[in-house]
Amino acid sequence: MHKSKALLTVNNLSVGFHTDRGDVTAIEDVSFEVRAGEILGIVGESGCGKSVTGRSIMRLLPKFNSFIDPQSEINFEGINLAQADEKTMRTLRGDRIAMIFQEPMTALNPVFTIGWQLDEALKYHTTLKKSQRRERAVAMLKSVEIPNPEQRYHEYPHQLSGGMRQRVVIAMALCCDPELLIADEPTTALDVTIQAQILRLMDELRKKAETAVILITHDLGVIAQICDRVIVMYAGQIVETADVYSLFKNPQHPYTKALLESIPQTGRQHHQTRLPTIEGIVPSLFDLPDGCRFQDRCTFRTQECVDREPQLSDEVDSRKVRCFFPLENLL
Amino acid sequence: MSLIEVKNLVKHFPVRGGLLNRVLKKVHAVNGVSFTIEKGEILGVVGESGCGKSTLGKLIIRLLEATAGEVIFKGRPITHLNASELLPFRRQMQMIFQDPHASLNPRMTVGNAVREVLSFHNIVPRQELATKVKELFSQVGVNLDSIDRYPHEFSGGQKQRIGIARALAVNPEFIIADEPVSALDVSIQAQVLNVLMDLKNEFDLTMLFISHDLKVIDHFCDRMLVMYLGFILEEVPCQDIHADALHPYTKALLGANPVSDPEKRHELTVLEGEVPSPYHPPQGCPFVTRCPLVTEQCHAEMPPLVERIEGHRVACWEV
Repeated sequence: MHKSKALLTVNNLSVGFHTDRGDVTAIEDVSFEVRAGEILGIVGESGCGKSVTGRSIMRLLPKFNSFIDPQSEINFEGINLAQADEKTMRTLRGDRIAMIFQEPMTALNPVFTIGWQLDEALKYHTTLKKSQRRERAVAMLKSVEIPNPEQRYHEYPHQLSGGMRQRVVIAMALCCDPELLIADEPTTALDVTIQAQILRLMDELRKKAETAVILITHDLGVIAQICDRVIVMYAGQIVETADVYSLFKNPQHPYTKALLESIPQTGRQHHQTRLPTIEGIVPSLFDLPDGCRFQDRCTFRTQECVDREPQLSDEVDSRKVRCFFPLENLL
Repeated sequence: MSLIEVKNLVKHFPVRGGLLNRVLKKVHAVNGVSFTIEKGEILGVVGESGCGKSTLGKLIIRLLEATAGEVIFKGRPITHLNASELLPFRRQMQMIFQDPHASLNPRMTVGNAVREVLSFHNIVPRQELATKVKELFSQVGVNLDSIDRYPHEFSGGQKQRIGIARALAVNPEFIIADEPVSALDVSIQAQVLNVLMDLKNEFDLTMLFISHDLKVIDHFCDRMLVMYLGFILEEVPCQDIHADALHPYTKALLGANPVSDPEKRHELTVLEGEVPSPYHPPQGCPFVTRCPLVTEQCHAEMPPLVERIEGHRVACWEV
């Protein structure tokens, strides 16, 4: 566990969207921090706000219909990203903060070669000469284990397989040695053997370069594999945060517990048994219940959960939970 | 007698191009696979993208025509039946697809989507249609108030349940489920798997369950086929897969899967070597470019799929 000071501190981040059905709050009061060399996982089901959180830090939300609450603060080494202008963001993006997405083809331009696209970022953010940039780009491709990097440098995205494209995107994201990497479902579209390569790569990266990584995923297996700390989100709010070992061993929020239980387990005793499920569905953000947002699906609901909305608790043993009745240590 | 017997099934897709749009080469999507499915069994098919698992499903139900080989359903070959001869078999085999939204007509209420199947196949008399639709909806756990709603009003999990209700409408004996839970969140995935499990037990259904997710296959199926570039590399019972698996590819798949418990973290197996393109498959064993155990014999010749113990077949020279 790294005890260095926080690289990124997010305080009370709330983001909303203007829609045809009126304004809607996608994430509410999200606060967390990431330190250098740490992998922070954000996990939750579709629509829980995990991607909006990542994109707000990078300020990649559409301007015309989204708004960041003015009280929000995203502090990155003394710069408040929530209020930063586009010019400041441009100097940071791709240089000090980088992002990779689920679908590598959306991040690659089909009409330019891999080499051209790597060169573009280096040209913009560094003072290297052309030959040095080329050397650096080939070295980056090599570091993400692309075979024949010199040859691949001249190829177009369509000539690469999906796993190789994602590795190129990672090489692009890393070519300026970012301090913070935001990875939004980086392995979801990939086969498991390729996912293993990408996860190993990210793990080496934080060890060697002390890069801070925010890993956004719905896959608890991926979280268990490489994260240090985890944020669980539900319907736009953080419901629990803890270090990865405590979270899996002793989840305190009923949602976290139910989520963990619904993963199919391997082994003879679990084979073809009924899976524990979370009944019902996630509430619509347009029609949130008063009180706790998880109340309709919670097996421990009381009248208090219906009447009042629970707040995220103060930190105890570096854990926080949003529940009136956090689950006890069941050892 | 097995419910389904697949014999040397082959599917080649032509790759066209060039000046006159000629067939330049063929992609061998399914390369002579043979297996059987017993009545009441769930057979899983697992493999990475492009391994031919979906093509295999579509060949069995004849949404695609096989290049060679046979599918025998209850002792009767169905590979060469014409449309009208095939109709009674269509009633006995149904398919569930990955994307529940794409498989429902957006302009038809979900109730009508199910009703259409019932009346086309004359499953129940017209006056009983409404009751039967209600019965199907309650079997898959969809609220009866929502029968007159349109697909866009449902969540992904609900839509997948409706897709299942429609497949069940004809009282099929055999269901092919092609990645039925891959598009769903984990809590919803568990709900849909439970629905499938209950229905299987209630109606003694036989199932071919196609998925890229080894965890789901392992949990849900009785046996599984591991496919790679159109070949079956291993067929293995699912009770204790970590102990039973023999083929280096199956082991690599198992080792590359993260365990959902940080205390059991292990170094993920990373396969070295290039993923072969299906357009240029390697000579000999298809796994030869990434296999840790590769020898000269593997480059020369595809190993046959040999039964080691009952119900466990492996295609490998080295194990």
